[in-house]
Formats: sequence, C-alpha cells, structure tokens
Amino acid sequence: MAELTAVVGIGQTHHKAKRIDVSQAGLIREAAERALEDAQCTWKDIDAVVIGKAPDMFEGIMMPELFLNDAIGGAYKPMIRVHTAGSVGGSTGVVAASLVQAGIHERVLCVAYEKQSESNATWALTISMPFAVATVVGAGGYFAPLVRGYIARSDCPEDVGIKVAVKDRLNALKNPYAHLHMEDITEDMVRESPMLWDPIRYLETCPSSDGACAMVMTTEKLAEACKNPAWIHATEMRSEPTMFSGRDQVMPQASLDNAAALYKKAGISNPRKEIDCAEIYVPFAWFEPMWMEGMLISERNKGWEMTLSGATALDGDFPVNMSGGVLSSNPIGASGLLRFAEAALQVRGMAGDHQIDGAKRALGHAYGGGSQYFSTWIVGSQKP
Amino acid sequence: MSDEAKDDVVKVIRTPVQLDYNYSAGRSASRFLRSIKEGKLIGQRCPVDGRVYFPSRGSCPQHGVPIEGEPVELVDRGTLVTFSIVRIPAESVPLEIPFVTIQVLLDGADTILMHLLGNCDLEKVHMGMRLKARWKPKEEWEESVANIIYFEPLDEPDADYDSYKEHI
Repeated sequence: MAELTAVVGIGQTHHKAKRIDVSQAGLIREAAERALEDAQCTWKDIDAVVIGKAPDMFEGIMMPELFLNDAIGGAYKPMIRVHTAGSVGGSTGVVAASLVQAGIHERVLCVAYEKQSESNATWALTISMPFAVATVVGAGGYFAPLVRGYIARSDCPEDVGIKVAVKDRLNALKNPYAHLHMEDITEDMVRESPMLWDPIRYLETCPSSDGACAMVMTTEKLAEACKNPAWIHATEMRSEPTMFSGRDQVMPQASLDNAAALYKKAGISNPRKEIDCAEIYVPFAWFEPMWMEGMLISERNKGWEMTLSGATALDGDFPVNMSGGVLSSNPIGASGLLRFAEAALQVRGMAGDHQIDGAKRALGHAYGGGSQYFSTWIVGSQKP
Repeated sequence: MSDEAKDDVVKVIRTPVQLDYNYSAGRSASRFLRSIKEGKLIGQRCPVDGRVYFPSRGSCPQHGVPIEGEPVELVDRGTLVTFSIVRIPAESVPLEIPFVTIQVLLDGADTILMHLLGNCDLEKVHMGMRLKARWKPKEEWEESVANIIYFEPLDEPDADYDSYKEHI
C-alpha cells in the first residue's frame, strides 16, 4: 500500500525572457527557497532531491545536474535527474512523489528549470538525421502539421486557436509570476500576428522563458501538521514511439491510456464533472482542444466546443490554464512542473487572483517529444 | 552593486562546439542507403501486420520485432497527408522562407515521409494532393534522402481523405 503523499511547499520564479540577474543555479535556488519557505522547512530537512530539465542541447550543457548538485541541496543526499523531453517537469513531480509514496523518503524536494536566454531551443530541435531531410524548424515546425490534421478531422472553426491564445494571456494578467503580461491582447492582434508555421501564428505560440519551479512533497504524517496540503490522489505516465505505421499523431494512444489509468486510480468516472480545474500543457493554442480530447474530458472531435462555449475560461465550468499556462510562460523544463504546481496551488486555495473558488480537485498535465510522453496528476484539498 | 559594477558583468562568452558522429547504419539501413544512391526507394514489411515501413530501419517500432524478409521497392510518387508553410528560418535548414514542409505517404508505403514541397503556389497547397519526387541530377546522388530535392504536384485528382487519414 502506497504511502499517502502531499505537496506542502511550492515555489516558482518570476519568469522572463532573460533572467540575466541570476545564473542557472541562482534561478533554481530562487524557486527552491520559496518552496522551502512555503513548506516551513530548511535544506537540512530534505531527504532527497529530484531535478528535471528538457534536452541538454538547449543550453548546450551536458548533465547540468552535476554542477548544480550544491545549488539544489543535493550534496551527500540522493539526487536523481529526470528527462522526458517537454513533459519532464511533470515526470519530475511524479518521480518525487513516488519516492515518498514508496516509503523511501519522508521529505523530497523537486526542482525543474530552463534558462532559454542561454539556450537556442529552435536550433536544438532542428536536427539532421541520416534518414531524413532536415525540414522541421523548432517545435512549431513539428506540431503545425498535426494541428492542421486536428482542424481537418474535427471540422472546427478556424478561430479556436485565437480564442485560446487570448484567454490564456488574459489569465496571465492575474498571475504575477507569468512571463507575458499583454494588457492589450485582442483576437484581432492574434489574428494579424505573423503566420510562423501555418496554421500556427506567432501569438498562438508560447514564449521563450527563463524560469524554475520547485515543490516539497512529504508523508501523510508530516503533511497533517501543515496548514493546507495538496493531497496527491493519483499520478500517471505513459510513452509511445515517435513514429510507427498508423500512429495517431493528433490523438496518441499513450495519451488516452494515460488519462484512463489516471482517472481509474483517482476514482474519477466523469472527469469533466469531478475535476474542478486543470493546468494542461498547451505550448501552441490549438493543443487546448486537442488535449481536452486526449485527456478524455471532451468527446472526440468536440474539444473545440469547450473553448468556444467558454467552458475553459476562468468562469467556465471547466477552467483550463488559470495561471496563463505555457502560452504565457515557457521555461520548457519547468513548464510541466508548473502545471502540476498550479494545480496544487488551486486546491490549497493559494492561487491568488487566478484562484477558482472552492477548487477541491485539480488536474496537472504535461506532454513532450513528438506527442509521445505524457505525465499527469490529480491533487485534492481532501485526502483521497 | 553599483551601476558601474553591473556594467562590468560578463554577459556572454562564446564556446563553439562541433559534433561529428560515427554512425553504424546496420544491415537494413545500409541497404536502404545504398539503394537510394541508385535512385531506388526501398521499404520493408512488418512481419506482424504486413505494413510497409519506409525507410526500413530493421525493426518495427510498434511491435518490437525485426523486419526481415524481402525488401519492397516503392515508386517515387505519393499523397500529401499534412503540411505546414514555414516562415521562420533556421541555421540547419538551408532553405529560403517561406517553404512548405510535408508529410507524404508514398504509394505502397504505410508510413509517412517528412520532406519538402516545391514547384507549387503556396495558395494551392492542400491535403490529399498527389505528388511526385523531383530528383537531383544522377551524378550528385549520395546515400541520402536528400537525393530527392522536393516533391512537386502531379497532374492527378486528389486522393480520397479516407485513404490517408489514419496517417495524420
């Protein structure tokens, strides 16, 4: 029987295009110290550290966990590096939780980060391989054909992406940590922004951010002494190959399997009704409706109706990306952990101006690679 | 920190890195690469579901089994499954923007190939278009998919959506 586990400390940086005021170590430290302060503990109280970041090619520093060992408080303690491409932040949270759930450690710190100002993600994701012509420019180049596929098969209106892009940027105005604060954002502005990777426009794309996120997780006994823990009801991860014949790239089987397994563990039979809000990994606006379907929250080919009806807005019946999401802050390696952390903040009642009143159960979600890694969790204000 | 001291901070240092790879292609991929040097497109059939993988890589990623058996020679024409018009440059993609990246399903293949579309107005690009490969001059052929410069429109009716929809 797994040990019941809770999040008792959450910290994040103010995400920006360039945090040249801090090093990579300083960036992580900023998030980690906020998490420790929130958890009312010190570095000494941490039994193990789990660190995640996206591909090392981004900053060009191989195995950064080596030089970051002291900064993350890893010295003379177990330290684990996690990597699952863009979903890595989520997987880092899942691995940290599992160390407590398995009864191995009592208090675990997890941190995830990216310093995109010291990196060139588009270069790192534009790779030449022996069997292919180099045609994919950055993540947008990879995902744009899939978005086109979604639009074709769902037969949806063309402005769904525009609506998501505006909604998430308006939500970000309520989040002081968000990178983008676009006071004057409008649908016209998004519509008229350059078509970078047709059908994906510039303003339907996430920014490049420097940022970090950290969480402290602990046992039931220690969490009970804390004011408002976020109880972990379920975690789940899945993967699948990037390419195989007949692979549904728009709605990958691993996503559907992950969602079904997650809800089963959490005892959820109707996610749309039983989950109060969700932080979903949406780096390109169209992925909101796509993952509403991929997470079995919407019927197939109807996810866009949730966006257009306002269901996913802050005042909708299924708010999505209350924090502004990846579209407003994208320190890639941290982005998944931020989704998990924002879900936890909601059920702790600590989400500030973007708090959903009475949120009792929230979903955190991340995906990565060629839509081939999925990591998710359900957290609640009450024990499961 | 005084403003002067702030200005004194080193913000960027350049440390260029070059990566040269040694790559063992293996039997199946070596055959593919040698064939494409001769202008032949070689795929192989998965023994579990009979689907034709192009290029063959020696194993099926879905079923985790070796792909042995006779190679399947494919024609250099196919159907445009999905695409993007790219208006953002990249150092490692030596193309003038805008350019059109495509996923093409070669006739007789069951996997998509990522490539480029050429010789086509941007307004006319659409899913289901029939395409043909435009090859480099024969004397320039190497062990590379880049022997095909791009795919270009073929004067044929569009393929039926149902014939390629599962590959999106």
